[in-house]
Amino acid sequence: MTDIPIPQTWVLALSAALFAIGTLGVLLRRNGIAIFLSLELMLNSANLAFVAFAMTLAARPDGAEAALAGQLFVFFVIGVAAAEAAVGLALFIALHRLKGAIDVDRVNILRW
Amino acid sequence: MWVEVLVIGIKLAVVLAALLTTVPIMVWVERRASALMQDRLGPNRVGPFGLFQPVVDAVKLITKEDLIPRDVSRFLYILAPVVALTVALSTFIAVPFGSDTGLELFGHAVRGFIVAPDLNIGVLYIFAIASLAVYATVLAGWASNNKYSLYGGIRASAQTISYELAMTISVVGVLMASSSLHLHQVVEAQTGTWLGVLPRWNVCTQLLGAITFMVAAFAETNRIPFDLPEAEAELVSGYLTEYSSMKYAAFFMGEYVHMTVASALMTVLFFGGWTLPWIDLAFAGWLGGLLSIGIFCAKVAFFLFFFVWVRWTLPRFRFDQLMALGWKVMIPLSVLNFLWVGFAIAAGIM
Amino acid sequence: MVPVVFAVAAVVAVVFAIVTIAHRSPVINVLSLVVVFFAMAAIFALLGMDFLAAIQIIVYSGAILVLFLFVIMLLNIRSVERLGSGRRVQALLGAVVAVGIGAAALTAVSLLTPTTGAVYPGSLETGTVVPIGRALLTTHLFAFEFITLVLVAAIVGAVYLARREPR
Repeated sequence: MTDIPIPQTWVLALSAALFAIGTLGVLLRRNGIAIFLSLELMLNSANLAFVAFAMTLAARPDGAEAALAGQLFVFFVIGVAAAEAAVGLALFIALHRLKGAIDVDRVNILRW
Repeated sequence: MWVEVLVIGIKLAVVLAALLTTVPIMVWVERRASALMQDRLGPNRVGPFGLFQPVVDAVKLITKEDLIPRDVSRFLYILAPVVALTVALSTFIAVPFGSDTGLELFGHAVRGFIVAPDLNIGVLYIFAIASLAVYATVLAGWASNNKYSLYGGIRASAQTISYELAMTISVVGVLMASSSLHLHQVVEAQTGTWLGVLPRWNVCTQLLGAITFMVAAFAETNRIPFDLPEAEAELVSGYLTEYSSMKYAAFFMGEYVHMTVASALMTVLFFGGWTLPWIDLAFAGWLGGLLSIGIFCAKVAFFLFFFVWVRWTLPRFRFDQLMALGWKVMIPLSVLNFLWVGFAIAAGIM
Repeated sequence: MVPVVFAVAAVVAVVFAIVTIAHRSPVINVLSLVVVFFAMAAIFALLGMDFLAAIQIIVYSGAILVLFLFVIMLLNIRSVERLGSGRRVQALLGAVVAVGIGAAALTAVSLLTPTTGAVYPGSLETGTVVPIGRALLTTHLFAFEFITLVLVAAIVGAVYLARREPR
């Protein structure tokens, strides 16, 4: 492979675009599962931002440890996203049993 | 750079051709071996010993009418067999099938008989691609719009993800013993002897891991005794019910390729890959390379026959027994193996 | 060559992200998210972080999204309504907010000091498994053990929340 660099700004721009698309999904969809999927998209765009910074730091002579920390942060974000997805989907199952649908507009029992 | 691409392309073509040729051979082996085990003859009319039977089967499958039932979700229905076959074929690029002999092609070093020599996350790549195989079964079951298919699809995917865990943990022991994820290093670490007399193959040093891996590999490829998702007596052929002709053929090719990959993984991870037990094949040049490929193919062939042998010997598990075995027996055993390897490495035994 | 691959992966990611949030059928949403994650794994691998790419596919595409698919099939969630239907004002405000956030992020990105990026001779020294494993088990041991606890809590919580009431 030749040494053609990918500018950090490109990766961060992609991350920003995916974050915006994810936000759009969270704010506009009514189905709980679709909101969750958009949330996963947002988490993933944050992962991409971490990776972009880790990549830049790895190129510096003293940045190896910080680059490792960046990658490990992605690792932990993936773990937390998995935990959150499991609990959230279990909540949706319980909700579906209660209400018959997971339309978030109808989940307004706590409204005062 | 283009020479490199060409060399990889040649290796890829050879591997794909070999994998896709294994399928008709396996069809023939399955039918003849099962027949002989059941004290009957099997196909013996089409060509000598029925060797052209798979060709005739392929012609039949190709010329059959390609039905798409009316109420299926068309896109998912057509996507599922494509995913099955693609995923099965893609896993093989990280598996080495011969030793690195310093062969040169067009002035560029071939760097070992493995399609992707620089992939130093070898085993993880294979697990990553194999974990995508769940989608084929679950989408086939869902798209077929048929309750038996849905049962079969859900059972198949639940089985796959359960045994994926046991498979991965049993491989961790191997990776600890060889200190590398690259499968070439894993085979290199299995040369020599252990405790003086046994070959250093991982089946000798980590027998429990080998057994759990084999059981998990049977479950991952949906072979008996774990083939309840396709069981004919129970689910009218499970997630494959609504598939016919080439899409059915694609699923079956995917299953046989999956079996071949599982056998290849078993030989590379636990049975020393292309090395012979106590003999050190230090031949120079391409003769040693060819011999190593031959040894590898012989071991893979033995495991493929083992798959067929077990299939026609054991009855199948009931689904709750299957899941209980996966979660309550296989995962603790593979963790036990992992602990044993850790202890052995710390104590200097390995 | 490398920027071309990156551009292709980025375009695939953005297109399929839009399909994820916009399509009606939940199964197609999940599958397009699988493609997005695949593109992201390709970008991770391109930037030299092989281990993260493999983990992304194994955990995200191969486990979390399969869980989503199972729940969709369990609850039999069929096609849902179109994006933003029935609540026009809220949809418009949401779109404005999302575009605003995107624009703000892009402005922040462009204000960073432009770096020329790193050189990618294959995979980073720190992108392979050995340095990551070593760091996980020495420097970040506490976080590693803690995430184990988080996952156990999630498993117990999920099993408890989704249980059927004993009759």
